[in-house]
Amino acid sequence: MSRVDMTHGGGGRAMADLIRDLFQKHLSNPVLDRGDDAGLITVPGRRVVMSTDGHVIAPLFFPGGDIGALSVHGTVNDLAMMGANPLYLTAGFILEEGFPLADLERIVWSMANAARKADVQVISGDTKVVERGKGDGVFITTTGLGVVPEGVDLSVHNVQPGQSVLVSGTLGDHGVAVLSKRENLRFETEILSDSAALHGLVADMLAAVPTLAMLRDPTRGGLAATLNEIATTAGVGIALDEAQIPIAPDVAAACEFLGLDPLNTANEGKLIAICPNADAATLLDTMLLHPLGQNAAIIGEVTEDPAHMVQMTTAFGGTRIVDWLAGEQLPRIC
Amino acid sequence: MRYISEFRDPALARTLATAIQQEAQPSRTYHFMEFCGGHTHAIFRYGVQDLMPPNVHFVHGPGCPVCVLPVRRLDDAVELAEKHDVILCTYGDMMRVPGTGRRSLIRAKADGADIRMVYSTLDALQIARDNPDRQVVFFAIGFETTTPPTAVAIKRAQAEGLRNFTVFCNHVLTPAAIGHILDAPEFAPGGTARIDGFLGPSHVSAVIGSRPYEAAAQRYQKPVVIAGFEPLDVMQSVLMLIRQVNADRAEVENQYTRIVTRHGNRKAQALVAEVLKMRDSFEWRGLGAVPDSALRIRDAFTDFDAEARFTITDKLSREVKSCECPAILRGVKKPTECKLFGTVCTPDNPMGACMVSSEGACAAYWSYGRQRSPQDAA
Amino acid sequence: MCLAIPAKVLRVEPDDMALVSVENVKKRISTALLDGVKPGDYVLVHVGYALHQLSEEEAARTLSLMAEAGVLQEELAEIRGDA
Repeated sequence: MSRVDMTHGGGGRAMADLIRDLFQKHLSNPVLDRGDDAGLITVPGRRVVMSTDGHVIAPLFFPGGDIGALSVHGTVNDLAMMGANPLYLTAGFILEEGFPLADLERIVWSMANAARKADVQVISGDTKVVERGKGDGVFITTTGLGVVPEGVDLSVHNVQPGQSVLVSGTLGDHGVAVLSKRENLRFETEILSDSAALHGLVADMLAAVPTLAMLRDPTRGGLAATLNEIATTAGVGIALDEAQIPIAPDVAAACEFLGLDPLNTANEGKLIAICPNADAATLLDTMLLHPLGQNAAIIGEVTEDPAHMVQMTTAFGGTRIVDWLAGEQLPRIC
Repeated sequence: MRYISEFRDPALARTLATAIQQEAQPSRTYHFMEFCGGHTHAIFRYGVQDLMPPNVHFVHGPGCPVCVLPVRRLDDAVELAEKHDVILCTYGDMMRVPGTGRRSLIRAKADGADIRMVYSTLDALQIARDNPDRQVVFFAIGFETTTPPTAVAIKRAQAEGLRNFTVFCNHVLTPAAIGHILDAPEFAPGGTARIDGFLGPSHVSAVIGSRPYEAAAQRYQKPVVIAGFEPLDVMQSVLMLIRQVNADRAEVENQYTRIVTRHGNRKAQALVAEVLKMRDSFEWRGLGAVPDSALRIRDAFTDFDAEARFTITDKLSREVKSCECPAILRGVKKPTECKLFGTVCTPDNPMGACMVSSEGACAAYWSYGRQRSPQDAA
Repeated sequence: MCLAIPAKVLRVEPDDMALVSVENVKKRISTALLDGVKPGDYVLVHVGYALHQLSEEEAARTLSLMAEAGVLQEELAEIRGDA
């Protein structure tokens, strides 16, 4: 049997076999292996963060990653943005009837690999199967739990004028890598998704700059969406300097071809950091020393602005607003 | 990026800005219409107006084929997708434009119509080859730049005997539109609005050459400078227009000499002439019926004409009341003068094409420039 | 309108196609609208088709004209006695 079929979701022997022979084989850890309905863990009296994420990406395998690794990185990063040490994940799989088991195994192996590298354990999971045509191969939902060290309090509510905005590296890589594999767009590029777990970088940053105000990872919607969210929620303005924003030449080129803006394009291994102006240089140096902080840069600052706009001085010398898009960015001819 | 980045160089921008400052006569104001939506986009995206002196204004024109497509034709495309079980292939730009009742292609797709976004007619042809049992309709829009690819696709389909491939043709022509705008009462001497010259479209001109604008420049006594696509090209073209206006000249000049020639791409023109012919009249959103402004598929290629293969119902198509796209497209009103702008009509909830199309004046102004006061925005 | 980008021709392929690149991003496009396309040429690409060759001499000339724009003004100003 080489494909998912409806019996795999039926709760009977077929499902038990699938869980043992495919999921547990790769994700094995003492908590999961107990085989109980839920994973029992002890969290000493600490501040705990939890986060959940659904992953519906297409294509499932893309340059630099796949849905399995992405699901681990995405949730680990949500926890890391709170300054947490990520500890445990749960994973729910919705499988489409007919999906090749070999591909499923690749995905689960990749997930396990990403979890090991990030030092997190998948302690509970679930599998369901839907009829052919009712799913996109595989959907994964991950929920994560992490512990926030004493004294760490990162939040959008800390954001205020007098702070600098930094980014940990080049923008738009993931979005372009995924698009290059979509039907009807077909362009060749060596751009890889930047999908990565950021908690190690975050730990270094917190150690060097305890005054860090907030972190956020600019995933769907790109830098533009994330900064606009921050501006609106914190009630501030943000002023950017386009010349400082790091964008890989190939990403810029691919965006030119399709009429896309890298600022609206997704990232999966980058973060935005906001800290007091006085500490920005130290923070930047710390980030540059970490493998995931190559090409980090100070890209702007937080301002007073009753209109809560994100504005940018263009590399050309004029100014413009950086708005967030209504929906997904679409390639255009005009 | 070669031949792109050099034309965005900020040092050259400052040089050109200085030259413009010095040559724009303080006693005059200059109103230049950038016909082409790509120029509107460039002006806002790079903040070109910040480098202009206060007496130089851009008037945004209708050169956005998405914006000028009449609602009726969009409704027809939606009908083709929904009622005729075709695979409708479309460029991304059209997906979110609201038709009558706010019905767009993206909504129709959500409701189950087989609508596929393509980058090129090449992709649409491939879809037709891959789905021999389905009818594939390519929703063709665009000015003269985008028309030759449609002509090539029809000829390919004919050569390969792709019997399931047709085109719903909505290609429109630029010089006719320029003339039509200048014929409007608002631009007559003593009228409420003014255009002193045109920034001519970059890539339309790559295909048709600079020659077709000569008649309009002569007739309306307005200078036309064919301007390249990058912000430095726009600035250099403004300088050339200012010089013409100061010297009372009304000529066609070519700033975009690295691409545009006087005669354009003759091979492309010949292909278009072979496959398509002029419609007597075509309705443009905002401009009304404009004679000799659009193309349809010739009888020899009727097998590839969606309008011949499918019966499309007559329908009453409606714009949203109070939507000022028509006036904005003609350069007669600014986005801020539309009651709906920023209140009911936003990119999240577009009422008309000017807000949906990334090049529409309203979208450009909203996305890039709404922090400015209305005076600065022009 | 008419988003188009100058790209370098890497390779001419059968059936009126070519492989072009901008930086290291490569795309196969149609050359059905042009004659005489060869590797090393720069062409303007729009919706998957090459629309026109780019003249490298004209590009260089345009850039120098831009650079001179300010200079010319200084000279004129001197001549007029404004400077």
